[in-house]
Amino acid sequence: MYFRGTWGCNLALSATIGIPQALLYYKYYPLWEGFLKGLGAEVVSSNVTTKRIVNAGTSVAENELCLPVKIFFGHLIELKDKVDALFVPRVISVEQGTYTCPKFLGLPDLARAVDAKLPKILDPTFNTRLGRRHFYEALFDFGKTFTNSKYKIWRAWMTGVAAQKAYQKKLLAGVSPLEALGGDAGAILSTGDLKIGIAGHPYNVHDPYINLNLIKKLKKWGAQVVTEEMILPRVLEHEANKLPKRLFWSYEREVVGAAFHWLQTRTVDGIIYILSFACGQDSLIQVLLETEAKKHEGIPFMSLVIDEHSGEAGLITRVEAFIDMLRWRSLS
Amino acid sequence: MKVTAPHMGKLDLIFKDIFARTGIDYVMPPRTSAKTMQLGLRYSPEFACLPLKVTIGNFIEAIEAGADTLLMAGGVGPCRFGYYAEIQKCVLQGAGYEFNMLVLEPPAAGWKLFIDTLRVLAPGKSIYQIWQIIKISFRKARVMDGLEKYALKYRAYEVHRGDTTKAHKKALEIMEPAITDREITAASEKAFAVMEAVEKDMDKSVVKVGIVGEFYILLEPFVNFDIEEYLGHMGVSLERSVYLTDWISPSPKNQIMGITDEEIAQAAKPYLNHFVGGEGLPSVGHAIIYAKEGFDGVIQLFPFTCMPDTIAKSILPQISRDFDIPVISFVIDEQTGKAGILTRLEAFIDLLASRKKHRELVGV
Repeated sequence: MYFRGTWGCNLALSATIGIPQALLYYKYYPLWEGFLKGLGAEVVSSNVTTKRIVNAGTSVAENELCLPVKIFFGHLIELKDKVDALFVPRVISVEQGTYTCPKFLGLPDLARAVDAKLPKILDPTFNTRLGRRHFYEALFDFGKTFTNSKYKIWRAWMTGVAAQKAYQKKLLAGVSPLEALGGDAGAILSTGDLKIGIAGHPYNVHDPYINLNLIKKLKKWGAQVVTEEMILPRVLEHEANKLPKRLFWSYEREVVGAAFHWLQTRTVDGIIYILSFACGQDSLIQVLLETEAKKHEGIPFMSLVIDEHSGEAGLITRVEAFIDMLRWRSLS
Repeated sequence: MKVTAPHMGKLDLIFKDIFARTGIDYVMPPRTSAKTMQLGLRYSPEFACLPLKVTIGNFIEAIEAGADTLLMAGGVGPCRFGYYAEIQKCVLQGAGYEFNMLVLEPPAAGWKLFIDTLRVLAPGKSIYQIWQIIKISFRKARVMDGLEKYALKYRAYEVHRGDTTKAHKKALEIMEPAITDREITAASEKAFAVMEAVEKDMDKSVVKVGIVGEFYILLEPFVNFDIEEYLGHMGVSLERSVYLTDWISPSPKNQIMGITDEEIAQAAKPYLNHFVGGEGLPSVGHAIIYAKEGFDGVIQLFPFTCMPDTIAKSILPQISRDFDIPVISFVIDEQTGKAGILTRLEAFIDLLASRKKHRELVGV
């Protein structure tokens, strides 16, 4: 009934594995794709979020879950008939002493609980808390599903790591994740009179459906957009460490780090913080960011709470007013 | 320095005991009430979970009552409870209150930090003395938890409605003045005798229900509408997945419950294979344990937007199906109405009772 990390049987070498285009897709897709392809699998990812996907996801998900997780379920359902297995890793920790979101810790179990006859779920564990050795042991354990050759697993992982490095380099240069993954890089860097920092989880900031195409709209209105991916990790780390108590969620450290960096260096005209309703971390980080923003006069800060009921008109009105206010400020 | 701490069920009894032993000045906020909630809501972030909002209210009332040092527990994640103290500080400072915040971080965040905080709370005491104080205070607290467990289980059998609640109150009063080891032993015997003296009808047909969920909602009667007493009076014998001392103590043994963390984690497999912070894994694990032990139903309670228990809620329907046990989840926030919860509870208990009767008839 349930499939655990290691099974008795090997997956056929030509197995097709689906990676949903949601949640950590925006962070790690090249790594996962490279790794799985290196292991000999075919990799398919779902397409951009559509209304159908959202409806499919929200109809099977618990009410109290946040929109990104509901959408993740929608992508799983979208992929289920096209693939032999779904790739839903358990990302516990990506740096020493921190966790990711609790929902990521339980994501494979949540996926198995979805009432939609999903194919096998592959759930390798990524956990750096217990040290390097543990991390690689888990990796080899997962790789055994495909091949018995440790060398092959290692090579596959390194292929993924190389692809990931190239991807992050592109992001740092200002290419958005979807553009970097779609291949047509370098087409975007808009030149506007305003520069706006978009803070928030990458799966909210870069999924045009979740944020109702906010980034495109901002660009259309003549604003330049910067995101956390365009800041060096070292800088994010340094800024996040300014909090009186070390934040124990990695991805939120990046969100806080980016916003603090923009406030500190005054390199943006305004900050828009996108958060999903019912997100545990966002509810607390909002307080930290708003408190900090109040200390830096001259950089307006706006929070946009998004859920499946968010209307485009409401968003446009607020963002337009925000932009107008920024322009008006720069005039006076 | 006048220390205070937020309310969470009988936590204030433990604090009073410890503070009296270390000899520091303290003031406890008034018991959580509608006014507390209102004060908390005024300043709290919108979709933080209810415990944060209520404890902010507690702190405001405590500051108004003269407290200047707020004691709060810390944490290392991944549940957001671990970051509450920082947020409370931010929010209360933003609201213009003046105070010191004393955060008791778990030893996992560093022993030095932990011990330094203890030293502030117990001025002039050595580490050994502090350890002795904690040990003896905990012993007393465990007796009180034992009394609570007894009341939960046997309230359903009482002959005269309300006797158990009265006896429980009296038993706690007996426990309160006990200071030394010997006094605690004597008081404990006396307190349990009081509980056992309550007239019970053990042949009564009662429904057995397990309560799982988030610790604050389970332990604080104000936010859970005192459903334990309500259920007890309806003739429901209860077992709960969280007790105060089990929760505070870092030991994985869970003395009051008698189930180790490891056993709970094993029980939760294969439905939830990793801890997810908070009570997510215990909620799933305990639900399965209750099902296997032949309980008639499981009730889950947790605050709206609680991440770990939302995960548990997503998984519980599978357990309900596979183990053939009815499960009901209540999501609680400041908008939740008492009548709505109690109506649904009543219907749920009726369902359990008729299921039980049916099974007895057909002899399953």
